[in-house]
Amino acid sequence: MAYLELKGVEKFFGSLRAIKGVNLQIQKGEFVVFVGPSGCGKSTLLRMIAGLTDIDGGTIELDGRDITKLPSSKRDLAMVFQSYALYPHMSVYDNMSFALRLANVDKQVIQEKVGRAAEILNLTQYLQRTPKELSGGQRQRVAIGRAIVRAPKVFLFDEPLSNLDAALRGQTRVEIAKLHRDLGATTIYVTHDQVEAMTLADRVVVLRDGAIEQVGSPLELYDRPANQFVAQFIGTPQMNVVDTAKLPALREVVGAANAPDGFIGVRPENVLVRAAGSGKLTGRVELVESLGADTLIYAHVGNGSGAGVQIVARQAERTTLHPGDPVGLDIAPASFHLFDRQGHTVPAAAGRA
Amino acid sequence: MKHFALILRTVAAWSVTLLIVFPLIWLVLTAFKTEQQAIAIPPQLFFTPTMESFAEVNLRSDYLLFARNSVITSVISTLLGLAIAAPAAYSMAFFRTKKTRDILMWMLSTKMMPAVGALVPVYVMAQTAGMLDTLTGLIVVFTLSNLPIMVWMLYSGFKDIPPDILEAARMDGANVWLEFLHVIRPLAMGTLSSTGLLCLVLSWNEAFWSLNLSSAKAGTLATLIASYSSPEGLFWAKLSAASLMAIAPIVVVGWFSQKQLVQGLTFGAVK
Repeated sequence: MAYLELKGVEKFFGSLRAIKGVNLQIQKGEFVVFVGPSGCGKSTLLRMIAGLTDIDGGTIELDGRDITKLPSSKRDLAMVFQSYALYPHMSVYDNMSFALRLANVDKQVIQEKVGRAAEILNLTQYLQRTPKELSGGQRQRVAIGRAIVRAPKVFLFDEPLSNLDAALRGQTRVEIAKLHRDLGATTIYVTHDQVEAMTLADRVVVLRDGAIEQVGSPLELYDRPANQFVAQFIGTPQMNVVDTAKLPALREVVGAANAPDGFIGVRPENVLVRAAGSGKLTGRVELVESLGADTLIYAHVGNGSGAGVQIVARQAERTTLHPGDPVGLDIAPASFHLFDRQGHTVPAAAGRA
Repeated sequence: MKHFALILRTVAAWSVTLLIVFPLIWLVLTAFKTEQQAIAIPPQLFFTPTMESFAEVNLRSDYLLFARNSVITSVISTLLGLAIAAPAAYSMAFFRTKKTRDILMWMLSTKMMPAVGALVPVYVMAQTAGMLDTLTGLIVVFTLSNLPIMVWMLYSGFKDIPPDILEAARMDGANVWLEFLHVIRPLAMGTLSSTGLLCLVLSWNEAFWSLNLSSAKAGTLATLIASYSSPEGLFWAKLSAASLMAIAPIVVVGWFSQKQLVQGLTFGAVK
């Protein structure tokens, strides 16, 4: 029995079908991340769960209750907005206690709950300040504090880290993960950043054009993507996806001699860079990106007729290669993914000789 | 050189101000003259002030009745206007549709037509409804004629509130009313009070409709003033005295109310 269940949820903007009959079950205590490119409908879907956007079709059930038509105020959900959306005319304490005061909770209890949340979030000394006297990271924590004080049924996060700088983003990400571990609250988190998705989620929901492409644990998505879109969306740098028509030799190289017409995918860490002359593929270095811990080598692999494809390799070792150098490439055994012309995954077994 | 420019600017500013304020100053002076002094040539700047005209005005007409009518019509039409305009502005500012802009323009366009153009139908409607020379009739007309401006002012004030904040309040369990009370009202305090004050002044000063739709029973101070420029001829001193008595209350209210209006509306807000 799912805690939060979406059944055939639809949303239209004019004649545009923005959310296309989404079905999803979320268990109690789960951390679910909605991820996808801009305009895929992830925020819209979250706002529909929140009740901030009307639902044009399907139903949403929470804890055994149909909340499809319920106003936001009665759904018992808390949301952390991208812009934080703190009440500018209220102190931090008032911001965090607003929901409890509306619910006529006893003053003593409010004080206790806000105090505890402030302690968890290191906000105790800022309680009497107004939002504009706080830094971005502190505002972010107040927004989270406002949500946890209420102990809602589900936490909703709408790209909460995108307004923070890179260092603070990483730090806050860790804090959110820790918070979830401590509170064990059901959480839905929207982001376009697949690193956030991979690090935070129990399960990731990949969306594209208002439909779910795949649902699974981060490593499931990484190791067994349902289609080419998911394969390329998850993982940086992107998975190499090569058209079999452009480089037929690749079939033999990866060990998928029977691969059907379509695409072959290989993750960059499975592309092994060899000295020129050795390796089953020969290519020419186009670009080297040295990131310190990682080195990315972009190689152009020709098929002899002038066209050819770009393949990225990622390795921990540093390299002395320069653009223009000839290079050999191997593919780690049994590391390939196969996709048909429509982008659907073909079982790897079907490709083996 | 810089000094000279400053002096020039100061002189210019004072000249313009005096030019605008002069009629008002002259009105105040005239109110304290006798009728003979009022029409004396050359005009007298120094004279022995007298309350004669005020006494006469009080004797000839029931100032307090007109003042009471003015207070009732302006205050009630302001409150009524705010009660109607605030929800209208709320929906247009936070639930925009493609037609919102058009509706706003249409509302404003009603103010572009001269009021006299609508006089006959409004008069006939008031007559049919039995609302000629009643406070209710004036209140309805004042409210309706102020609404476009009130909606516009409130709309532009509300528009500056980030919608996220209202959504956050909704998520925190606020219904529309609580959202307005605890979030919009404190954030749009300035807009709400200045709109209310403007509407109060407009209704108080409104002369066209009160002259045409009311007389002895529901007449406002504007009609009282008008009655002194009557077929019997102009009585400058009395006219000035009546005018002074008509504008004095709203000037005093305007002077002091801005702050108090704010305090009044803030009272009871979540601290």
